[in-house]
Amino acid sequence: MTYEGVPGLVETKEAYGETTLILDPARLREASFHLRDEEGFNVLADLAATDYLGWPQSKEQVAGYKGSAAGRNINAPGSWGLARLPDPRATRFCVNYHLLAIPDGRRVRVQVWVEDGDPVQSVVNVWPTADWHEREAWDMMGISFEGHPNLVRILMDDDWEGHPLRKDYPIGGEPVRFSGEE
Amino acid sequence: MTIAPGKPEIYRGTRIPSPIPTVLQLDQSLREDDDILQVNFGPNHPSTHGVLRLIVDLDGENVVSLAAVVGYLHTGFEKNMEQKTWWKAITYPERIDYVSFQNNELAFVLAIEKLLGVEIPPKASWMRMLLCELNRVHSHLVWLATGALELGAISMFWYCFRERERILDLFELCCGTRMHTRYFQAGGLAEDIPRGFFPECRAFTERMPGAVDEYETILNRNAIWLERTKGLGLLSAADALALGQSGPVLRASGVDWDLRKNQPYLAYDEVDFRVPVYYNGDVYDRYRVHMVEMRESTRIVAQALDRLEGMFGEPWIVDDRRFVLPPRHELHTSMESLIHHFKIVTEGYRVPEGEVYVPTESPRGEFGCYVVSSGGPKPWRVKFRAPSFVALEATATCMSDALVADLIAIVGSLDTVMGEVDR
Repeated sequence: MTYEGVPGLVETKEAYGETTLILDPARLREASFHLRDEEGFNVLADLAATDYLGWPQSKEQVAGYKGSAAGRNINAPGSWGLARLPDPRATRFCVNYHLLAIPDGRRVRVQVWVEDGDPVQSVVNVWPTADWHEREAWDMMGISFEGHPNLVRILMDDDWEGHPLRKDYPIGGEPVRFSGEE
Repeated sequence: MTIAPGKPEIYRGTRIPSPIPTVLQLDQSLREDDDILQVNFGPNHPSTHGVLRLIVDLDGENVVSLAAVVGYLHTGFEKNMEQKTWWKAITYPERIDYVSFQNNELAFVLAIEKLLGVEIPPKASWMRMLLCELNRVHSHLVWLATGALELGAISMFWYCFRERERILDLFELCCGTRMHTRYFQAGGLAEDIPRGFFPECRAFTERMPGAVDEYETILNRNAIWLERTKGLGLLSAADALALGQSGPVLRASGVDWDLRKNQPYLAYDEVDFRVPVYYNGDVYDRYRVHMVEMRESTRIVAQALDRLEGMFGEPWIVDDRRFVLPPRHELHTSMESLIHHFKIVTEGYRVPEGEVYVPTESPRGEFGCYVVSSGGPKPWRVKFRAPSFVALEATATCMSDALVADLIAIVGSLDTVMGEVDR
């Protein structure tokens, strides 16, 4: 099964028996309609956002991740360990859409990579189930979805500050009320 | 939708509210009416299966608008798991859904094993399947008990919890704890199956079909039960798929889809069982699916017992010291094993880089686990696809022209556990 016809397809990767399609974020909605209507992916099983801030290796084991951590390449020959690693800044966020085709059972993962603050096109009008999933991604990761009808926090309080699942959000970092440390 | 050919449509077109698919909005013409009463249903209401808040507008007894508010049980499991080594993180998924703990644990353990590329011994595979099916019966019993209790059938609660106790006793016998067993280890099981488990479990499988008969005797011809479940909370196959439903909710809407059958994992392709499918998409059909699944799960347990009894003495965990603790007796004689044990316990084992999504059929539907590993001793990112979270999205669609009294039956029938919704 090839996905050559998907609009905005950047790359296809196979790993652990799973197919990953990396798409151009600007054509996500168009590609979603294509995947639903032409390829038969009628169920959006899951939507998962990942923060790759501080990703340790320069290897590209994860589909779509391009770039490497900032730092010195101590193994570069002839540089006495002073060579800078190339491309220190990588795209930070990855939004994964796990699609499922019922009844034939095909699965595919669709990925788009975005920077902090870049909006992703909402797919609520393609798969209505994306409503809460996108709200969760906004709440937990701070990824905004363009065209979502009701993009408000879902798991945290409405007045919560920050997005807890980001890598730069400390664990246990919320202020404890009446603790004497205020 | 050609998924159930020859069956009449549950309703024409779509009932998913627009523009927000999960919020039933109040009609503008009704808004000026003085008689609209806004009610906060929950978050602390005995029949909300946790802390769910529904903001409902009532016109007399009719529900005219509905919005579900979740998040009261959010405890940051996914964030916490990023701070724990892989083998410590296994304890977290169980606590997400405290009714189907073993099925959740399984999804995460399978994801680790997929990244490690390890084949587990058949004994572990069959025992996992046995426990997951017992857990499915347990989960359905809790669903039936509380669902019937909410509709006034209090005796169901006592009958169901009688059998539930026996299942929890089996878990205790096998794993030492009644809930949150943490019996699955990456590579197999944490311990061998104890003596005495098989006869106890066999006695349970012989008892259970009769117990389901009893439940059906109470409910199947009970006029109140039928009146309060039939034709309520309708969800068509097309709407169910658009809303991403899975598990019993999807099967009650006429879609023959069960991951155990369609995308088998563990040893589900080697056992004989039937997937119940009903076509009316109402609360009653969801009840029927649960009842048949309890019988079928009991059959799977019996078949797994037949197989496991012949596996006495076989290994229960793979012998791969990259991530499996050395056996206890070696620690007393071998310094190397002691060091190795210490390293795995303190530092944790490393899992190769990559990302996987492992879907499993939990009692509530597709429980998926998306894991990203950076090659280190801790997961980089864990995301659970919680079937309850998705099931709650269907409340607004199911609730079109419902009465306030049906609201409890409908929300109950979607079989949500708030711990899993909020994670």
